[in-house]
Amino acid sequence: MSLNSVNVKVAAIERVTPLVKHFTLVREDGGKLPPFSGGSHIVVSMDAGGKVYRNAYSLMGSPEDTDAYHISVRRQERSRGGSVFMHDKVTEGSALQITAPTNLFAISRMGRKHVLIAGGIGITPFMSQLHDIARNGFDYELHYAFRSPEHGAFSDQLKARCGERAHFYVDSNGKKLDIREVLSRQPLGTHVYVCGPGTMVAAVLETARDLGWPERHIHSEQFGAPPGGEPFKVALAKSGLEVEVPGDTSMLQALEDAGVEIDSLCRGGACGRCMTEVLACDGELLHHDDYLSEAEKASGKKMMPCVSRARCTHLLVNL
Amino acid sequence: MALAFKKETFRDDYTYRNSPEAIRRFPFPFPEDRYMYSVNMEPHVPGAKGSAVEHILDVDEHYVAECADKAITLAQDPGRYAALPHTMDAQWDVLELIMDALANDYPEQFKLSKNGNVWSWENKPLNIKDTFTFGDRDTLPMEPFEYIGRQIQGDWTILDQRDNDLYVDAGIVTSQADWSLMFDAGMSFMQWHGPVPQAHEMGIFERALKYLLNMQYGSPVRRFNWTMTINPRLDTSPENYEQWGQDRNTVTPQNAGEKVHLRVELQTLYRLPRSNGIVFSIRCYLISLEDLATYPRWAKRMHRVLRDLHPDLAEYKGLVKYRDAAVQWLSKFDDGAPLELGTQAE
Repeated sequence: MSLNSVNVKVAAIERVTPLVKHFTLVREDGGKLPPFSGGSHIVVSMDAGGKVYRNAYSLMGSPEDTDAYHISVRRQERSRGGSVFMHDKVTEGSALQITAPTNLFAISRMGRKHVLIAGGIGITPFMSQLHDIARNGFDYELHYAFRSPEHGAFSDQLKARCGERAHFYVDSNGKKLDIREVLSRQPLGTHVYVCGPGTMVAAVLETARDLGWPERHIHSEQFGAPPGGEPFKVALAKSGLEVEVPGDTSMLQALEDAGVEIDSLCRGGACGRCMTEVLACDGELLHHDDYLSEAEKASGKKMMPCVSRARCTHLLVNL
Repeated sequence: MALAFKKETFRDDYTYRNSPEAIRRFPFPFPEDRYMYSVNMEPHVPGAKGSAVEHILDVDEHYVAECADKAITLAQDPGRYAALPHTMDAQWDVLELIMDALANDYPEQFKLSKNGNVWSWENKPLNIKDTFTFGDRDTLPMEPFEYIGRQIQGDWTILDQRDNDLYVDAGIVTSQADWSLMFDAGMSFMQWHGPVPQAHEMGIFERALKYLLNMQYGSPVRRFNWTMTINPRLDTSPENYEQWGQDRNTVTPQNAGEKVHLRVELQTLYRLPRSNGIVFSIRCYLISLEDLATYPRWAKRMHRVLRDLHPDLAEYKGLVKYRDAAVQWLSKFDDGAPLELGTQAE
């Protein structure tokens, strides 16, 4: 019953905002997809004629709908190429591959209340989380901030689903989300979940910690392009290969493009699956992951090639 | 697949026996002469035909008798089933996992038909036939986890994943090797493994926990564990210690072959789809040393493992009182010649 990779085709594409498209995916063989938990993501593989893009996208539909999965893709101006490919090349009927759903952003079932904070395309994991919240009858609030009215993806649908529990903040109307105000009036036992741009995630984490929220009540997810950087080279001890990592490509992607077999899952520095042993580095490792402890990062013996890079002339890893 | 279910008992007169076929397929766990803990988890993919891991779930000749023994234990001590309220999504996930697997792999014994959310379930060996609405607790005679847990061999626990940890928040536990659901309920992964000797220092639980937190739906994993039990008794719980603890004083080098049983646990873990929890199944296989010695290779290996077992492990597994007698009984099968690696019978 291994579901590591499933062939799907695009059943429908809908433009939701000027920058966001909603894709409906169904199994190529017409079968059922697995049910999933709210906040799950899948990794979509796109075959761009020799180069394979792999991007993680949150599942937005109802976890009980096993006929189709729904994802939304924001066109990223500074993209590694995957989102532009999804926007420009993928059409209804296109074939893609997806992984089984993985959840690194689940609702904590012991929470007394749940505060969901979304910025822009960060609304997507909450679209499925809200199904879990409704089914379990949990208490919640949704706070959704976006640039201007035309960028508020799914806001009409959310108004209908959530009623007074949903709060919208439209930047162009001058309405700002006051994170401190929202968090300081929550009862004990509340959990907060944030998904959005890096600055918003950082602000929520900092404010919650500053207000004394326990670490385990603070949840965040940040998808977006892993930070690019300077190009560098990586030498592989087992195969003897040397791989160039271009500035706009992750080390993981560059290794895969070179035909190196490497395990991976979240591609966002959270799951730990692609952890790679560093044998030598004559410069600095630039760790961007949330998986390794500070001590492990400082030791310089491990790195997460999905998001982390190096600034050096010689990097040798145990691959 | 033809399955002849045996009439037998796991208590009082202990009429439990393995048929020659059951001995042949026994999941012998020792590939080497020495045993020590390791992160011995592997993907739970279908194994050899006829083996205990041929299917996702193993139903064997002891199925009916084992479910009957489980019902006796639950009737005497309803606390062997416990579930915290937030596990309801996970309970339905487990019911689906077990019903799908049984109906798919044992179609002569189990039938499941789904009409949207209205499911009809037939368990022929246990004479159960019910129609219910998936997701609606009130359409079953009891909670979904208890309902299905009574119809499957082995112990089952539901682990809730939160705070980067796993918590035992539900269980149906009637064939355990001296641990208590009531004691462990609500504990975290490190807490319930607290008493295990040696393995903490080896960093085994940290690595195992990270591995499990990453486990994906559709990619279950398994490992084998083992201990020994006097008489073929499933319920060796701390709650009923007075009923079985003293049996350990009755073993002699003469009766060890008949009394001492190797108890192998096939432990499987599955990611649950809707709840993002994990279900942990502990399936117990019992074999007397006498039956094990049907295959002298196994008896020889067992002799070496038991003789050289680390004293901390012997203490933890509760073997100290009868270990010498069992080793003496097994020694007649060991000529001292090297054995090649592997768990094969011959």
